[in-house]
Amino acid sequence: MNKLTVSPSPHIKSSQTTKNIMWAVVWSLVPAGIAGIYIFGISSLNIIIISIFSCVFTEALFLRFRGRDPKTILDGSAVLTGLLLAYNLPPEIPFWVPVAGGAVSIILGKQIFGGLGQNVFNPALVGRAFLQISWPVYMTTWTNPRWWPDAVSSATPLAKEGSTHFTYMDILLGNRGGCIGEVCVIALIIGAAYLLAMKIISLHIPLSFIGTVGIISWVFGKDGFFKGDFIFHMLSGGLILGAFFMATDYVTSPLTKKGKIIFGIGCGLLTAIIRLRGGYPEGVCYSILFMNAAVPIIDRFTKTRKYGLTKCKPGKLSAV
Amino acid sequence: MKKLLKEFFKGIGSENPTFRLILGLCPTLAVSTSVINGLGMGIAATFVLLGSNVIISLIRRSIPDQIRIPCFIVIIATFVTIVELAMKAYTPELSKALGIFVPLIVVNCIVLGRAEAFASREGISASIMDALGMGIGFTLALLLISSIREVLGNGTLCGFLIIKGFEPVLYLVLAPGALLVIGLLIGAINFISRRRYGLNGR
Amino acid sequence: MDVSMFLSIIIGAIFINNFILSKFLGLCSFIGISKETRPALYMGISVTFVTTCASIITWAIYNFILVPFHIEYLRTISFILVIASFVQFVEMVIKKFSQALYRTLGIYLPLITVNCAVLGAAVLNSEMFFKPGINSLTSFALSTLQGFCVGLGFVLVMLLMSGIRERLELCDIPGSFRDVPIAFIIASLMSMAFMGFAGFRF
Repeated sequence: MNKLTVSPSPHIKSSQTTKNIMWAVVWSLVPAGIAGIYIFGISSLNIIIISIFSCVFTEALFLRFRGRDPKTILDGSAVLTGLLLAYNLPPEIPFWVPVAGGAVSIILGKQIFGGLGQNVFNPALVGRAFLQISWPVYMTTWTNPRWWPDAVSSATPLAKEGSTHFTYMDILLGNRGGCIGEVCVIALIIGAAYLLAMKIISLHIPLSFIGTVGIISWVFGKDGFFKGDFIFHMLSGGLILGAFFMATDYVTSPLTKKGKIIFGIGCGLLTAIIRLRGGYPEGVCYSILFMNAAVPIIDRFTKTRKYGLTKCKPGKLSAV
Repeated sequence: MKKLLKEFFKGIGSENPTFRLILGLCPTLAVSTSVINGLGMGIAATFVLLGSNVIISLIRRSIPDQIRIPCFIVIIATFVTIVELAMKAYTPELSKALGIFVPLIVVNCIVLGRAEAFASREGISASIMDALGMGIGFTLALLLISSIREVLGNGTLCGFLIIKGFEPVLYLVLAPGALLVIGLLIGAINFISRRRYGLNGR
Repeated sequence: MDVSMFLSIIIGAIFINNFILSKFLGLCSFIGISKETRPALYMGISVTFVTTCASIITWAIYNFILVPFHIEYLRTISFILVIASFVQFVEMVIKKFSQALYRTLGIYLPLITVNCAVLGAAVLNSEMFFKPGINSLTSFALSTLQGFCVGLGFVLVMLLMSGIRERLELCDIPGSFRDVPIAFIIASLMSMAFMGFAGFRF
């Protein structure tokens, strides 16, 4: 005890460090991963492992190249990116796809901006969008859950919207085709509840995001005005995964509560529009990326009032 | 003579319009999806550059200063129209592939920039060398970018399949890929020139 | 004339075929002026104004002069001359009537003349809306609307980009990628996000 720590107030101690937060999010995603492996088989586990390795390896390489300490890969952010990227991929995808995706996520999504905390776009989504644009066929080749009679599926519930053979229970439990981490909604909600309880994420973004999608799909649904199947829309696709785990990323979302709600509404609006009218069946990925770009502007216009300052009225002297 | 050669090589290397002066980006990104398109645009632009530089340099002393920009534009537009019509007649597929970017050579910052900064001030031989240098530099930059985009994004080069068993990265032949390729190339060239010439560059 | 046509122009010009991120028109000013929000916003407003007016004027020229006399090949020259003169005229008017407005918006006007977006919008209008089956009033309305929406798309992207670049001033970007290359990479990622609007059904 020979060190005297001198620092300015406030002297707040918190057990929350970047490392802790990152690893907590990783743990909260484990139930969804286990569900994905159970539903789709061992190939999902392979993809998850390859993706994580690709991200961590790329980050270590890049840090080495820049002359920085590669030990920061232990802070969990690269692992988290790899995990989220894997959860956004179809289960039977060739091994080189997550390798490429991981490299792009880390390099273009994070490191080229200077590393953790300085990126503008969500790294996992950068990787996913890149893969979707580069190899659209592979990224839309879905498989059915293991226990279904035929292995290869033609489309996910969102793409087949209107054919009523998915019940809400099917979608909640993951009895459907889709990406590895997005199908079992219950597992995702367990993880999200954990994060909410640990106060790592707040409800502003997920509620406004999912709520907006629900409202718009209810009003403009396929069967006519105010008759849309909003529960179906709120549960299917990558919405739960995106709203709770990717849109809430600290670095790429607004700082203030008002900003977060605007962000969530914007994401929801774009997701619903793309789902209803766009060329892709799922819009979560692109809508979050689009709103990520708007975050600096949102932050600028929702700045909190500085303590002690009031707006000057012309002609009046303000003492405070 | 040495001075003339210097003007020529300047356009290709140290003052390359695409990578160093960051001019004329609009056509560079849009037409570089295949090497043939890139070559076509490069040649068209070089022709316009040459023609306009020569004429402007010849009549530079008789253009009043206040209306010089409109005068330059008229001269450049004339050459662009010649190229446009010639391409429509002799290379119709190329003309269709390049689309609106052929008439847009008229507002290509390279052409107007060289007219303003160089041809209106220097003699005719220097202007010719400058035009050729800049034009060839532009064409080489176009070739570099389009070959990367075509080979990695399509697996072909000039339409011939050269890599087998390779899934082409569709990203590169689309709009985002163009921006990415040029960003990475400029960054790489900056990096190389820093290594060679130190942090202050040239 | 039905609503879906107008809607497709609006959504198309702002999002799907955004002039900067999709068609690469107006890149030079985009890279140059998007470093700070205020200049970016003012530049965007100026471009919207000029593009809308230029769309109207060039429509009139194409419709009443070029087509009836079958001299469509003079399109490039006439359009660019008209645009250059219009911008010059506007600059003179602003300078005379409002010094304040001149200082904020006026300095961008000369840059807008060579902005590919203005000429590009005019040329695009002449190619899209002068087909058999579209009467004059429709083509006028669509041309003006498209010109305006092209400007709006420009403003949107400038605003988003300037916010991001302002924030990046504080980031630890590798030295060779600072400034221009990282701007292109951001533009690439933004272009990727805008691709979510592809295949829009009206």
